[in-house]
Amino acid sequence: MGIIDQLKEKIPVPAKGYLAFLILLIALLPPLIGNYWTQILGDIGIYVMLGIGLNVVVGFAGLLDLGYVAFFAIGAYGYGLVASPQFGIHIPFWAMLPACVAMAALGGTLLGIPVLRMRGDYLAIVTLGFGEIIRIVLNNLDPITNGPRGLLRIDPPMIGDFPVNNPMRWYYLILVGILFSVFVADRLNNSRLGRAWVAMREDQDAAGIMGINILKTKLLAFTIGASFAGMGGAIFAARQGSIFPENFSLMVSVNVLCLIIIGGMGSIPGVILGAVVLIGLPEVLREVQLYRMLAFGGLLVAMMIFRPTGFIPSARRKLEFKK
Amino acid sequence: MSHFFSLDILIDQVVNGLTIGGIYALIALGYTLVYGILFMINFAHGEIYMFGSFGGFAALTYFVNSGFAGRHPALSIAAAFIVGMIVSSILGAILERIAYRPLRDAPRLSPLISAIGASIFLQNVMMLVIKARMQIYPDIIEERFIDIGPTSVSYFQIFIILASLLLMVGLYFFIQRTKTGKAMRAVAESKEAAALMGIDVDRIIMVTFIIGSALAGAAGVMVGIYYTQINHMMGFIPGIKAFTAAVVGGIGNVVGAMFGGYFLGLAEALGVLVMPSEYKDVIAFSLLVLVLIFKPRGIFGEVVSDRV
Repeated sequence: MGIIDQLKEKIPVPAKGYLAFLILLIALLPPLIGNYWTQILGDIGIYVMLGIGLNVVVGFAGLLDLGYVAFFAIGAYGYGLVASPQFGIHIPFWAMLPACVAMAALGGTLLGIPVLRMRGDYLAIVTLGFGEIIRIVLNNLDPITNGPRGLLRIDPPMIGDFPVNNPMRWYYLILVGILFSVFVADRLNNSRLGRAWVAMREDQDAAGIMGINILKTKLLAFTIGASFAGMGGAIFAARQGSIFPENFSLMVSVNVLCLIIIGGMGSIPGVILGAVVLIGLPEVLREVQLYRMLAFGGLLVAMMIFRPTGFIPSARRKLEFKK
Repeated sequence: MSHFFSLDILIDQVVNGLTIGGIYALIALGYTLVYGILFMINFAHGEIYMFGSFGGFAALTYFVNSGFAGRHPALSIAAAFIVGMIVSSILGAILERIAYRPLRDAPRLSPLISAIGASIFLQNVMMLVIKARMQIYPDIIEERFIDIGPTSVSYFQIFIILASLLLMVGLYFFIQRTKTGKAMRAVAESKEAAALMGIDVDRIIMVTFIIGSALAGAAGVMVGIYYTQINHMMGFIPGIKAFTAAVVGGIGNVVGAMFGGYFLGLAEALGVLVMPSEYKDVIAFSLLVLVLIFKPRGIFGEVVSDRV
């Protein structure tokens, strides 16, 4: 049963009141907390979208993808190249957004075809290598990507006559993006495909014998997961206004992976919590910035040993770890 | 590419390839030994190598400051190797105990993620220690060259090539001829059966980590002496490349890892002759993908059987 069904049926009336209050709060938050925190919520929001996408690959389908940043980069450069002075082309954001999603999805398929026959840990290393290759290429393909100098003055999206160019406007746009992503991921999780992913994750051979086309199912996980990153990338590029190859380092992949694991693999509320903790907390604790990655690393190890299901485990995962 | 055909550059690159290949092979052995026994990629192995390099660095710096290095340069370097290998071994043992042993029966993603966490943790520990600044290995022995045909080769390179070969031969005989080596092979074959034969499996796994880490530590000191500059990120790329080498040779296969290391070193060194050097790192990753697609068990084949 998905989040949406649960909302419809299961939640008692008073809880509905709280929920309505929560939604209202989220909607009214920006004027209350000011630009600085709204900006940070926007950063968190982009990571939520990436987390939801990678969660499809890692959490639902159980494929460890360490090169997820590659698809994020495809989305970002896909938009940045045709909406900046780099080539003097200015295609509107709303036209490019689906194109970026499609490009990232295509990237996912193309990478998936050769690598998905590999076992779990090989897959991790190869995708990691792919993520690095993309960054090296962006850095060295000067005539197209402008190399390390990056793409500058990328156009903001227009809504009617209003450019989306301040933290407040971005907040709402990203919020819509997140709601859309959550909706799609939740529907997927409870679809025939979602159940096929889980079956495959648990026992590939048994799933294959039950009639699941393993290669196709894996490929779909990869493709769909990548398309979320394409959307996130386009939004990231338009929001930043300028992008550089260094924005797409391995650390992005690692951060996204960490937030999924800390939140609870396969669990959508977990992803949101993970993003808030991982991206938001360091902003609150500015002084400990230096120790942030140290704590991440330690936290990952501790998490695996003491609470491998994450803070908000998905119901299916919980059962898996109980056996 | 006119310079491709000039013999001296070709020889230079072959020697470079063998030097770096030996280093890759030493690191790759650590991956392969651990994988052979636990079926896990020790993602933090690159950091073990990095810590070994810093262990040797600390020792050498100490010897230079105390004046010992001036009087006994060769002895200082030997001691630096020993310190580096000990630092790595201890780190490997601690990692095994804290980050991996509790997860031995967990789903396969868990130890891998734990290893990624350990890797990030160790990188940042070192970053805080050195305050993110590049460190320079003290040069104790003046670099000299020996003429080979139309070109000349540095003593350091010859030293690294020989030392890495020596370590590998030593490892080979250790695994094949000693009682502990035999136990390691038995545990790789089947942990349960080995335990029934009275082998202390936990101890053997610990020994395996220590040996693999010591080799990585030696590689770290070699790299320090050869390239002189070291920092906290130095383990990342060689770690991935050495893993590639292990996979190319057939993971779990000791001879395969040695071969894979030299193969990758030579492929990179010679690849630079035909393509821009910025893309050097791409060679390793492309090679990895190609090998996994066409020969997923590596050129020499995995020693351990694939678990269905």
